[in-house]
Amino acid sequence: MEVRVENLVKRYGQVRALDGVTQAFPSGALTAVVGPSGCGKTTLLRSLAGFVTPDAGRILMGDRDVTGVMPQARDAAMVFQSYALWPHMTVFENIAFALRLRKVPRGDVAGRVGEALELVELDRVPGVERRRPRELSGGQQQRVALARAVAVRPKVLLLDEPLSNLDAKIRHRVRVEIRALQRRTGITAIYVTHDQEEAMSIADMVVVMDSGRVAQAGRPEEVYASPRDAFVAEFLGATNVLSAGIDPSGRIVPAEGSRLIFRAEDIEMLPSGGPPPEGAVWADGELVDMLFLGAGYRAYVQVGGEVVMADRRTLLPRGPVRLVVPREKTYLFG
Amino acid sequence: MEGRRAPGSKPQARGRGPRGLGAIIGRTALVAILLAVIVGPLLGLVLWSVAERWYWPAVFPQQIGTKYWARITQGDLLGALTRGVSIALVTTAAALVTSVPIAYGAARARLPLGPVVLMLFLLPQAFPQLPVFASAAVLFYRWNLAGTFLGVVLIHLVGGLVYSVWTMTAVFRAIGEEIEEAAINLGASFTRTFFRITLPLALPGVVASSILVFIYSLDEFTGTLLVGAPYVTTLPVYMYTASLGYELQIASVTALVLMIPGVVLLVAMERFLRAEYLAFFGRL
Repeated sequence: MEVRVENLVKRYGQVRALDGVTQAFPSGALTAVVGPSGCGKTTLLRSLAGFVTPDAGRILMGDRDVTGVMPQARDAAMVFQSYALWPHMTVFENIAFALRLRKVPRGDVAGRVGEALELVELDRVPGVERRRPRELSGGQQQRVALARAVAVRPKVLLLDEPLSNLDAKIRHRVRVEIRALQRRTGITAIYVTHDQEEAMSIADMVVVMDSGRVAQAGRPEEVYASPRDAFVAEFLGATNVLSAGIDPSGRIVPAEGSRLIFRAEDIEMLPSGGPPPEGAVWADGELVDMLFLGAGYRAYVQVGGEVVMADRRTLLPRGPVRLVVPREKTYLFG
Repeated sequence: MEGRRAPGSKPQARGRGPRGLGAIIGRTALVAILLAVIVGPLLGLVLWSVAERWYWPAVFPQQIGTKYWARITQGDLLGALTRGVSIALVTTAAALVTSVPIAYGAARARLPLGPVVLMLFLLPQAFPQLPVFASAAVLFYRWNLAGTFLGVVLIHLVGGLVYSVWTMTAVFRAIGEEIEEAAINLGASFTRTFFRITLPLALPGVVASSILVFIYSLDEFTGTLLVGAPYVTTLPVYMYTASLGYELQIASVTALVLMIPGVVLLVAMERFLRAEYLAFFGRL
């Protein structure tokens, strides 16, 4: 079911947590809402769930206006960062709680709980239904929280930083599982995270937010390849942000108030000197250091007053180098 | 290298000797002082409670017996005990019913002027007890509450509510809001969420806080004397009257009897009460 917000505004005192957000979240897709802390992404998700009452604007789920609807009646199940499992109930009771509320026939409850546990691949853990949340690992707890949410077969699944309490290894695994679960069920999912890499890897669409507004929205590849402004470019992992512009030959020159952005992986390092390369942005600099990162090296090149980071597979001696970046891989913002 | 390091570690091991001895002496001294402070007065009480004849300058009682202990089964002491326990039970129940909604409201910041209300409950503790209770007693006389069971319960609530409201606020605050939101999000009404999720999780803290109030009420003296005496006498007041009449034996027996529920309940409470509940005290 398509979810849409129109001109959503929420103020906390002087702060505009949501400053007129208009955005559609396509039906059956996983949309990641991403941005630095304080950008309004959590406020957006909580207003979709009904925990935050917007000051202005509308929230639509399908054709239904849910702006003033109580959280209980929204049919949008939420997965919390803290898991929010009920510690005094077993895994079975946690999942069955909402099923019983919805008057699922007594005989069907166990089947539905089993089904939900299967969806999150917890059915293979023996006796998991009878355990209490604290007897499970963090990853298992988050899977139970996920099972609890999907067991009620909601129209919309809301995920609030569901992986940020897990350690890196498990985070990657659960991320893949969430993606697979969303694909299998075809549920409309909205996934809030501060991690741009997580957002891009998991989502059909990313919505980048900045100080209460949508900075850019689109397919991950699209947003990554053509960021609309310096904020989006920087946030999506641009390594080099210089206070610089380019002259007619494509040479990087210092410039106040203009920002030149490009990624370390798009830089080619050539011997210094010679005529300027065709159709590229370039600069001559001094290679000061190279750090081994496993998959390759990261070079630190002094260009004028700034240090540019460039990635390279093989080691180079220190000394003068020429940096060359394809023009379409650089972003210049005024 | 290895060979040189091994002998080097020896003085360290030897050095542990004197330090260990010092620690042992220190610890023994500490335990001895604690024992003297705690057990000393208790021993005095025990001694007095069995002294049938004890005149100066004898170090120990001249005649020992259980005559005064037998008084427990007699009317006045037993009456004071049962009255005190019933007052404490009613006070605890009343404090519970009042505190749970106030504390929950304050903890979730849904109570208008929550911090002010919390402060208000702390206020009686900010002043010396005697004038507070004395002026309350004057009011109680005007309202015909003096010398009544209800009057004593009310004066106990003045002090007891401080404990229950503040500890329960901490208890409810310790329960994450997301835990409730998860239930609401899945369709549970606010009432159902409170009774099925919040209250069961708060139960240990609520029990601990009730025990605090119960012990407070059972041991409360000033207010009970000013409002209740001579018609409503609890054990502390009884003990006071007994020692005024130089019946130190009766006072000692009463004190020992009074200690039993306190010690038992405190041990029980220790299982329920978490340090963070008390750490919250006085913070808004």
